Amino acid sequence: MHRLWEVALSTTYRSDSRPAGLTTKILAGHGAGDAKPGALATVSCDLVMMNDVSGSLAMRAFERMGAVRVFDPERVVLVADHFVPAKDVRSAELVADLRRFAQRYGIEHYYELGRTEEAGIEHTLLPELGLIAPGSLIAGGDSHTCTYGAFGALGLGFGSTDIASALALGEVWVRMPETIRIEFVGQPGPWTAGKDLILAVLRQTGSSGAAYGALEFWGDVVDELSVDDRMALCNMAIESGAKSGICAPNAAVLEWLDARSVPRVDALVADEEGYDHVLRVDVDGLPPLVACPPDPAAVIAIDELPSGLRLDQVYVGNCSNGTLSDLRQLVAGLAGRRVARGTRLMVVPASNAIHRAAMTEGLIETLVMAGAVIVPPTCGACFGGHMGILGRGERALATTNRNFRGRMGHADSEVYLSNAAVAGASAAAGAIVDPRAS
Amino acid sequence: MNGATPLAGRVVRLGDDVNTDIVLAGEYLNMTDPDELALHLLERFEPPVADRIGQGTVLLAGRAFGGGSSREQAVLAIVARGVTALVAASFARIFFRNAVNLGLPAVECPDAWRDVADGDEVTIDLASGTLTRPVDGAVWSFPIPSPFVADLLAAGGLEEWTRQRLASLGSG
Ligand code: SF4
Repeated sequence: MHRLWEVALSTTYRSDSRPAGLTTKILAGHGAGDAKPGALATVSCDLVMMNDVSGSLAMRAFERMGAVRVFDPERVVLVADHFVPAKDVRSAELVADLRRFAQRYGIEHYYELGRTEEAGIEHTLLPELGLIAPGSLIAGGDSHTCTYGAFGALGLGFGSTDIASALALGEVWVRMPETIRIEFVGQPGPWTAGKDLILAVLRQTGSSGAAYGALEFWGDVVDELSVDDRMALCNMAIESGAKSGICAPNAAVLEWLDARSVPRVDALVADEEGYDHVLRVDVDGLPPLVACPPDPAAVIAIDELPSGLRLDQVYVGNCSNGTLSDLRQLVAGLAGRRVARGTRLMVVPASNAIHRAAMTEGLIETLVMAGAVIVPPTCGACFGGHMGILGRGERALATTNRNFRGRMGHADSEVYLSNAAVAGASAAAGAIVDPRAS
Repeated sequence: MNGATPLAGRVVRLGDDVNTDIVLAGEYLNMTDPDELALHLLERFEPPVADRIGQGTVLLAGRAFGGGSSREQAVLAIVARGVTALVAASFARIFFRNAVNLGLPAVECPDAWRDVADGDEVTIDLASGTLTRPVDGAVWSFPIPSPFVADLLAAGGLEEWTRQRLASLGSG
């Protein structure tokens, strides 16, 4: 496993000639040199990842390119997560294609629910497996690859043809981003989590205010954040239009890495003055926030919502908020109550490991007894795939990252986004409610 | 896709913030056949436009065209429908890459989004960075593609570009 880190460790930016943030240093160390924002550069990838949806097109493009091997089988990760357990015959074939690709090109890092011991949603699974190291550059065939910023790694999302090319060459072209230091100020109030921090950012940037930029999160609150909350924070960076979101590893991250024997990169230090822009985000006493449909950046404080927004479904899961912390917050929000009649509560632990830990802690039993349905670790209904699709006129509250029109089902369904404690209180009430008041 | 030959087409106007979930809904991502994907292109867009998109269409959108999911199936469906080019006030990063990677010209031209009407016939000249409406001779300019992007478009996309690169490296 250690060989995986040779590139990241040997190419990390070590020059102190020009102050820079983590993003710029990681890109520089992977071949971009001192390319300026806006310039194009070719950078090497420490890891290339794809799933059953991006993989279906990437594998075909890869073979049409005339490639006969992947650049390094140890640095390729394949995760079947979107349409698993296979929703229909076509989905079963997508997954079978991915499995065959792994066999043909000698790729060990293949993960499929039910077939491999460890499985789950890609962005939760890769860090869990110890595949994400600080300072590394990951090209992922999925827009939420930015989640790896939680570990001080640069995760960049791409489409399938880019991924096919990266599989063949081990490199990708990038436009050097302008960097934006997000300076959180103050301490958020009770019943908030990483989700509320990123929603507070989106409230200021809107859905394209950081287009083509790279976010870096600073502030005391970030230094103290748990790994789960950092993943929630970085996951939705792309919802601002940014290509990535990253924070410097803190004690919680270092402990996580040590537990998985992932080497640390001590040279990786962000320079406070090394940014093109600074955005101050005041989160002192922050209340829980909610993103209203159909825009993840249409964010308001929960007490500004009209009351009595009845819910057909509450969905707790996905790569931003399906962690053990989220399941604990969900249970805290439910506060011993049952799910309201007329509301479905779907709970999707984001990985097998999280599912197991939640069982050990008794969370799964509590949730099932409260009336929840436990869905296996899958992307499922997050992207409108399966396992909890909304019908015409239905309204849901979800801990996911997108609430675009029709995202979870019918074009005339609605999705509100919040943290898991809000989801728990709201599941018990059958309507969106403030956990501080219930 | 030769930059020297102007592209021509009839404009279909979309809106601001047309994300990839709207371009192609998630439920269709288990499909791989471009022609089948194309049947569901912009199915949920309001007001309905899908029937007017075909061979020789220029799609004109506002801010942040193609935001959200990285699904290349969205661009594949656009290409399969016969769309000539994408013009937008601005593009989301991955969608822009997916377009040029599939050899589909994508130009940022906020002025065209402001001025050009639905149904207008336009020509686009990548080499000079101009979009022209022949009926009245109106011209809008946009930044010409960077040399690398121009190379990609000239090769017909990243697939062919990488094929040539692998061949020159003498390995596959
Ligand atoms: S959980 Fe949702 S947002 Fe995350 S990778 Fe899966 S489909 Fe994408």
